[in-house]
Amino acid sequence: MPETVTATADFAAAPISLWRRGMNSFATFAAAVSVILVLLPLGAVFGYLVYKGIGSINWAFLTQTPKPVGEAGGGMANAIAGSAFILLIASVIGVPIGIGAGIYLAEYGRNQLGNIIRFTADVLNGVPSIVIGIVAYGIVVLSQGHFSALAGGVALAIMMIPTITRTTEEMLLLVPNAVREAAYGLGVSRWRTTLSITLRTATSGVITGVMLAFARVAGETAPLLFTAFGNQYWNWKINQPTAALSLQIFTYAISPFDEWHRQAWAGALILIVLIVVAVSAVRLVAGRGMLKGAN
Amino acid sequence: MTGPQPIAKPEVAASSDVQSQPLLGAGNSHVADAIFHLAMLACGLCVLALVGVILYELVKGSRLSWHAFGLKFFFQSEWDPVNEQFGALPFVYGTLVSSFLALLLAVPLAIGVAVFITEMCPRWLKGPLAFTTELLAAIPSVIYGLWAIFVLVPLLRQYGEPFSARYFGWTGLFEGPPYGIGMLAAGIILAIMVVPIVSSITREVMTAVPQQQREAVLALGATRWEMIRTGVLRNARAGILGGVILGLGRALGETMAVTMVIGNRPEIAKSLFAPGYTMASVIANEFSEATGDTYLSALIEIGLALFIVTIIVNILAQFLVWTVTRGTPARSHA
Amino acid sequence: MGVGIKVDKLNAWFGKTQALYDITMDAPANHATAIIGPSGCGKSTFVRCLNRMHETVPDARAAGRVQIGELDVYNGTSAVQIRRRIGMVFQKPNPFPTMSIYDNVAAGLKLNGFHDHKRLDEIVERSLKLSALWDEVKDSLRKKSGASLSGGQQQRLCIARALAVEPQVLLMDEPCSALDPISTGKIEELIFQLKEKFTIVIVTHNMQQASRVAEFTGFFLLGKLIELDKTEKIFTTPSDKRTEDYITGRFG
Ligand SMILES: Nc1ncnc2c1ncn2[C@@H]1O[C@H](COP(=O)(O)OP(=O)(O)OP(=O)(O)O)[C@@H](O)[C@H]1O
Ligand SMILES: [Mg+2]
Repeated sequence: MPETVTATADFAAAPISLWRRGMNSFATFAAAVSVILVLLPLGAVFGYLVYKGIGSINWAFLTQTPKPVGEAGGGMANAIAGSAFILLIASVIGVPIGIGAGIYLAEYGRNQLGNIIRFTADVLNGVPSIVIGIVAYGIVVLSQGHFSALAGGVALAIMMIPTITRTTEEMLLLVPNAVREAAYGLGVSRWRTTLSITLRTATSGVITGVMLAFARVAGETAPLLFTAFGNQYWNWKINQPTAALSLQIFTYAISPFDEWHRQAWAGALILIVLIVVAVSAVRLVAGRGMLKGAN
Repeated sequence: MTGPQPIAKPEVAASSDVQSQPLLGAGNSHVADAIFHLAMLACGLCVLALVGVILYELVKGSRLSWHAFGLKFFFQSEWDPVNEQFGALPFVYGTLVSSFLALLLAVPLAIGVAVFITEMCPRWLKGPLAFTTELLAAIPSVIYGLWAIFVLVPLLRQYGEPFSARYFGWTGLFEGPPYGIGMLAAGIILAIMVVPIVSSITREVMTAVPQQQREAVLALGATRWEMIRTGVLRNARAGILGGVILGLGRALGETMAVTMVIGNRPEIAKSLFAPGYTMASVIANEFSEATGDTYLSALIEIGLALFIVTIIVNILAQFLVWTVTRGTPARSHA
Repeated sequence: MGVGIKVDKLNAWFGKTQALYDITMDAPANHATAIIGPSGCGKSTFVRCLNRMHETVPDARAAGRVQIGELDVYNGTSAVQIRRRIGMVFQKPNPFPTMSIYDNVAAGLKLNGFHDHKRLDEIVERSLKLSALWDEVKDSLRKKSGASLSGGQQQRLCIARALAVEPQVLLMDEPCSALDPISTGKIEELIFQLKEKFTIVIVTHNMQQASRVAEFTGFFLLGKLIELDKTEKIFTTPSDKRTEDYITGRFG
C-alpha cells in the first residue's frame, strides 16, 4: 500500500527526536498498563472464587441436595449431576450434527451452498444465548407442556453446533490432500476415506473443537432459565425439570441468605475448575500440534 | 538411515494362490458414497435450518404483541404487565447504554493488550499472555455476575461512585444515591467480558498484516510505536473495527452478569448510578413468570429484536474482519 | 502375476484445457515402462488416468480406452474396484500420519473390509519384506507411527502399503524425487525385483533411472506420446528428433 509509505515519509528525514522517543516509551507503557488492567479482574475473579469457595466445598456439598431456606447445610449434588445430564443430552444431539456439518463443509463444501452454510454457522455463533433459550422453549417446552432436561439440552446443543462445525472443518482442511489420495489409490471408497483416514488423522483437532464448545456451554445459564428450569431434587428423567450448576449459582447469588451465598461461591469454584481443566486440556493438545507428523 | 543393505528375497510363491482368488471382494461403493454425502449434507442443512427455526419461532411468538402495539412497541417506555401495556424503550435504552459504556472502557484496553502481545512483549511471554486473556472469555457469565455482586458492587458503592460523583458529578452522569448496583456496574462487568473477544480479533488481524508492511516503515527510520501505528494499526483498522463490532454484538446479547447487577428497573435515567434494565435481562427475569399471552409475546418480540440486531452486527463485523484476514485461513471465535 | 496395460486413444481434460491427446500405447506384463518428459507434459495426468485417480480432481475428464489385463477401466467397473487392482505410489511419501507402521500397510485391506487377522499379519510381513523395509521396522511395527520414519523409509512403506492389496499393476509417479541417493538406490533395486510379480509404470525425471529400471520408455511432450520403445533404443537412437533433443538436454 503506497499510502502507508507516504504517510510515514514526514518522519523519515529527521533524526529521532525526543518527542518521538517519548511517544514510543509512552505507548509501550500504556500497552503494558492495559495488560495489567485486564489481568487484574481475572486475578480478582479467580482469587475470590478460591478464597470464598474452597471453605464451602465439603462432602455434604458434593453429595446432598439443597436444604430448605433457613436450614444450614445441604449441597449441590443434584445440580452438578443435572449439569452433566443436560450436557450429555446436548452432546448427543450437537456433536454428531456439528461434526457432520464440518465434514460437509471440508469435503463437499467448496461451492455456493458451502459458503452459505459456513456463513450461517458464524452468524449462529453470535446469536445471544437468551434468544436460543426462547427458541428451545418454543419447540420443546411448549410441545411437551412442561420444562425439561431435554429442552435445556436442545438449547445447549444449538449453541455447540456452530463451534464444532467450524473447528471440525478447519481441522479436516489441515489434513493434506496427499493423505486422501493415498487412500483413494488403495481403492478405498470416499466415505470410508473421509471417516477412517481424514477424520481419524484430524481426531485430536476435532476433539479440541468439541471441548471448546463444551467449555463454552458448560457455564451457560440464560438458555436454561426457562428450559431446564431448575429443580430442588434429583432428576434423571429426560422430560422433567432438572437442576443445573449454573442455575443454582444464579438463584443462590441473588438470594438474601448468607448460607446460600457461600454455596454459590462453592458451586462457582467447581464450575470454573471444570471449565479451566477443559480449556487447558485443549490448549495442551493444540500446543503439541494438531496433526503431528502430517506433512 | 541405516545405509544400504541387502533386500530380502521376495517370496514369490506366497501369493500364488492370490490371483485366482482376489483378497478383496468387488464391493460397490457408489450407493454408500451417495448415502454418506447425503447424510453430511443433511447435517450442513441443519445449520441453515436452525437459523430458520429460530427466526420462525421468534416471529410466530411475537405476532400477538406486534399486532397489539406495532412499531410503537420500541418507542414507548411504559412496561406495565398488570394493565397489559408494553413498551420496550427502557430496555432498548439500557441495552444500548450499557453496551456502549462497555465498549468505551474495553476497546482501548483490548487494543493495548493486542498491541502488547503481538508487537511488544518478549516471545516467551506471548503464549501465556494470550492464553490468560482467552481464559477471561472462558469464565461463565454467571460467575462474573456473582463476582460483581459481591466484589465489584460494594467497591463501587464505597469508593468508585462517591469518588466520581465528587469530581465528575457536574456532567450529570454521576449523580444520585450510590447504590453500587446500576448501569455503571453493568457497563464495567460487560467491559471485562468484552475485552477478550475484541483483543483476540485485533491480534488476529494484526498478525494478518504482512511483515513487509512493518519492515517498510521501520526501514524509513521509524520508532517501534510509529511502526505499529502506521504499519500495523492503520492497515488493520477495518478488521479492528470488525472486532469492536463483534464485541458490541456480544455485549448487546449478554444476559446473566448484567441481570445480576443492573438493578432491573424499566426506567430511563441520565445518571449511570441509576438502575436500568436491558432487553436480555427482562427476558431472563420475566419469561418464566409471564402470565398472559400478550406479556409472553412482548418478551418474545424483544428477543426477536435482539436476534435481528445481533445478526446485523455480526454480519457487519465478519465482513470487516474478512477484508483484512482474507487469504489467511478462517478461524472460529469460540 | 502382472498383466499388460493397453491404452487406446486416451484424451484428458482439466475443465476446458486438454492435458492428454490421443495416447495409444502398450505396457507389457511383468516389465517396467518408464515415462519421461519435461515438466507439465502430462506424465502425472497419464498415470492418474490409468487408475481413474483423475476423478478425484473436480472437473477433470478422460475419454478413450484403457485395459488392464482383461479389465476395461472406463467401462463397467467402479473406480474403487479398479484402484484395488492397481497400486499407486506418489511423488511425495504419504503414509497415514496417525497410523502405526502395521496399520499403514494393512490399511488398504482393513478399510476395504478384510479382517482376517492371521492373514493380515502374514500379508503385512510379506509386503514389508517385498519393499525391503521389514528388517528396519520389524521391532516397532505397532509402536512407531508411519510419519516417524525417514523419507526413504516412508516411501518404501508406501510401496508396501500399495503391495499389500496384491495389485497386478504398480503405478509410480516420480517415487524417488523426494529422496536421497541411497534411498533412491534401494527403491530402484526394489523396482527391479518387483517386476517379477507386477507390471510397473514409473514416471521419472531422471533418465539414468529410466535406463536402470525400465525395459521400455515412453517420451511425452505437451500432452502427446512422442514415441515409446525399448529403453536402450530411446536413449541411443531415438527415431524422433524431439526425443533426441530432450535426452541430449537441448530443451526441457
Ligand atoms: N488439478 C489440475 N487442474 C488443472 N490443470 C491441471 C491440474 N493438474 C495438472 N494440470 C495441467 O495439466 C498439464 C499436465 O500436468 P501434469 O501434472 O500431468 O504434468 P507432469 O508431466 O506430471 O509434470 P511434472 O513433471 O512437473 O510433475 C499441465 O499443463 C498442468 O497445468
Ligand atoms: Mg507430475
